[in-house]
Amino acid sequence: MSAVDHAADAHHHEGPEPGLLRWVFTTNHKDIGTLYLLFSLMMFFIGGTMALIIRAELFQPGMQLVDPYFFNEMTTLHGLVMIFGAIMPGFVGLANWQIPMMLGAPDMALPRLNNWSFWLLPFAFTLLLSTLFMPGGGPAGGWTMYPPLMLETGQAFPFIIFAVHLMGMSSILGAINIIATIFNMRAPGMTLMMMPLFIWTWLITAFLLIAAMPVLAGAVTMLLTDQYFGTHFFNAAGGGDPVMYQHIFWFFGHPEVYIMILPAFGIVSQIIPTFARKPLFGYASMVYATASIAFLSFIVWAHHMFTVGMPLAGELFFMYATMLIAVPTGVKVFNWVATMWEGSMTFETPMLFALAFVILFSIGGFSGLMLAIASVDFQYQDGYFVVAHFHYVLVTGAAFAIIAAAYYWLPKWTGNMYDEQLGKLHFWLSVASVNVLYFPQHFVGLAGMPRRIPDYAVQFTEWNMVSTVGGFVFGFSQLIFLWIIIKAIRGGVKADARSWEGAHGMEWEIPSPAPYHSFQTPPDISKVMARGDAHS
Amino acid sequence: MKWDKRLVAITSGLTGGLALAATPAWAGLGELNLPYGVTSIAHMNYDLNMLVLWITIFIGIIVFGAMGYSMYYHRKSQGAVAAQFHHNTTIEIVWTVLPLLILVGMAIAATRGLVLMYDTDNADMDIKVTGYQWQWRYDYLGEGVSFYSKLDEQSNQARVLGSSVRPERVDNYLRNVDKPLVVPINTKIRFLITADDVIHSWWVPDFGWKMDAIPGYINRAWANIEQPGVYRGQCAELCGRDHGFMPIVVIAKTPEEYKKWLAEEKKRQSASEGAEQAAAEPSPAIDVAQTQS
Repeated sequence: MSAVDHAADAHHHEGPEPGLLRWVFTTNHKDIGTLYLLFSLMMFFIGGTMALIIRAELFQPGMQLVDPYFFNEMTTLHGLVMIFGAIMPGFVGLANWQIPMMLGAPDMALPRLNNWSFWLLPFAFTLLLSTLFMPGGGPAGGWTMYPPLMLETGQAFPFIIFAVHLMGMSSILGAINIIATIFNMRAPGMTLMMMPLFIWTWLITAFLLIAAMPVLAGAVTMLLTDQYFGTHFFNAAGGGDPVMYQHIFWFFGHPEVYIMILPAFGIVSQIIPTFARKPLFGYASMVYATASIAFLSFIVWAHHMFTVGMPLAGELFFMYATMLIAVPTGVKVFNWVATMWEGSMTFETPMLFALAFVILFSIGGFSGLMLAIASVDFQYQDGYFVVAHFHYVLVTGAAFAIIAAAYYWLPKWTGNMYDEQLGKLHFWLSVASVNVLYFPQHFVGLAGMPRRIPDYAVQFTEWNMVSTVGGFVFGFSQLIFLWIIIKAIRGGVKADARSWEGAHGMEWEIPSPAPYHSFQTPPDISKVMARGDAHS
Repeated sequence: MKWDKRLVAITSGLTGGLALAATPAWAGLGELNLPYGVTSIAHMNYDLNMLVLWITIFIGIIVFGAMGYSMYYHRKSQGAVAAQFHHNTTIEIVWTVLPLLILVGMAIAATRGLVLMYDTDNADMDIKVTGYQWQWRYDYLGEGVSFYSKLDEQSNQARVLGSSVRPERVDNYLRNVDKPLVVPINTKIRFLITADDVIHSWWVPDFGWKMDAIPGYINRAWANIEQPGVYRGQCAELCGRDHGFMPIVVIAKTPEEYKKWLAEEKKRQSASEGAEQAAAEPSPAIDVAQTQS
């Protein structure tokens, strides 16, 4: 044991390895966090390009740019890339950077595993995107991969399944690491109920990942054996059941929705108290609300399938359970508003994105409540109203939270303040265009436009044009974000250890940029606790 | 900070301006909400939709109002000093229980709605709907009448990549078929919905519902149409390359006119049956050609 400790000690005092191989072999949580975040950013732009192809084709009725099959490939891959490539790795990157620093730990609990969980991703996405060039084309059955349609995929089929397996493995390994870190590596004296909310939400998310991802792996493996090994899990002609796939998929898929939003709740719960200069309101109820949402997320899956012909009792159960989610979610929103109440607010870019999150995520929550009403869902289901709903939740929800977090912690990561003027420009352009992009989709959806169609009846033209214009402005505005990040990495006004006046927590106790190895000896948290920082 | 606000104003102006300039007509801007529809289910779903919408707008005004007030008055630049309270058990209980009560009210209304939708008993007639890639087949059960229904020829020409036919010139572009479904009004029609290849979904918004068409399943839904007219919809579940091109058209006639149509259709189909048997391999395509003649 002592020999191992000694070797590790000697290593601690070194900086990063020189050269590019540093990034391949690194076990440092900050390096791996950076890799995750850059990967996520790259996927955000790739998935965004696909979205712009979709929006360009939908600018007017008639087919102008692409074949309908290619259009379906774009909608399918846009979903897979954004969910598994942009949002999830984005949150894992933030977890890698922040969890050890916020716990006062030297690194993640399982550093080598950490390296491997990241390096699975480039392989997974190379495989996934290479299917576009395979005979028969890439996947075009939607990101949900429903059989029997999915089984019509050509040679790309096994590659997609394998790519999904790799993504799942990466997520599960990452989640194990996060749980191990949070349970074992907290600074002495830090109880669970003292942890910052970002840690809490990630802890619960990690459990969701471990529970949900193997279910997805099972579902796609059954697709694989149906295709190549003569099983009939989902083949009605062979005694199987195509609806069973949907049940299994959404048993993964609904927790997945919360995997993509709980860490966002955590981020916003860090940022709002900082810029309101006031402790988070209702810390304990935030924790309980997060846990309730996580529990409920496992018993609402069939609200994605109200129109498959479930028995009345099933419809009623899933409708009531779904409506219940509004209660803990409402508690969270009320807590954020109460945190701002009688605060002393300033509106730097992270705060602007966090505030936009609260409002626009709530709008996504409102449409979610409408969608929960099962009988009306027979109208909403598979229409653009649903598209508008989940983009409000995932773009102005999850993605805005990741962007807010990037602005919030960039000074800590780079040691430089980002350009505040450009940040505000990025915010205002994004928040204006994102509503031009998604709000009209509520209208066309209610008026009868189904999702996943490359062409539409002429009465939907005007709102689709508006939406496409918003989409292009939103897409290109993100280049400003890229430029801001590059600029902050290259230089700028030096950031203080406590980069924001109202910021509290362990990560603000160490210098900016955070040293390559931080908290090599356990910190004394009493100083932080005495200021009542634990809960903010 | 002024210049970036100005830029936003210019951008949003430009955004709106561009969209309007490119707009061929204004009519589509009125496409904002669910149709009120022509069945009791459609009306009920419209009312439920409005009820929940207004509840959420009401909650939104309160929450965003409080937030806006706070953002305006509790700013550091206004000299606000931060209070340090961080919980209040009473208010936390109130804002947990109050939404719960609102939800219970909504659940009661929604349950009534679902029970109405699921009441497919005592139907006056049955129509079996079968989804194919990419057309529908309708069987009038017990009448011996059946036919396929697919995208009309004009839309089919206009929807090709780079087509010279402008969609705006086509009547009911992508919402027109070669042979529509004909049904009577004031009759409880039960639809038995299934599919032959992949999953489809049969959606006519004016009837107030869609129902998935799934191989191996026969799903039930019903409609009792109040007024004669032409009702249009399309497939709502991704079903492959031409998912966007399998419309539904339903013509609702008075029972008398419907009976007349049904008698003619029977005559035509029995006449063509002989021809069908003569054909070596009856295929969907041939069927369609025959029913059209």
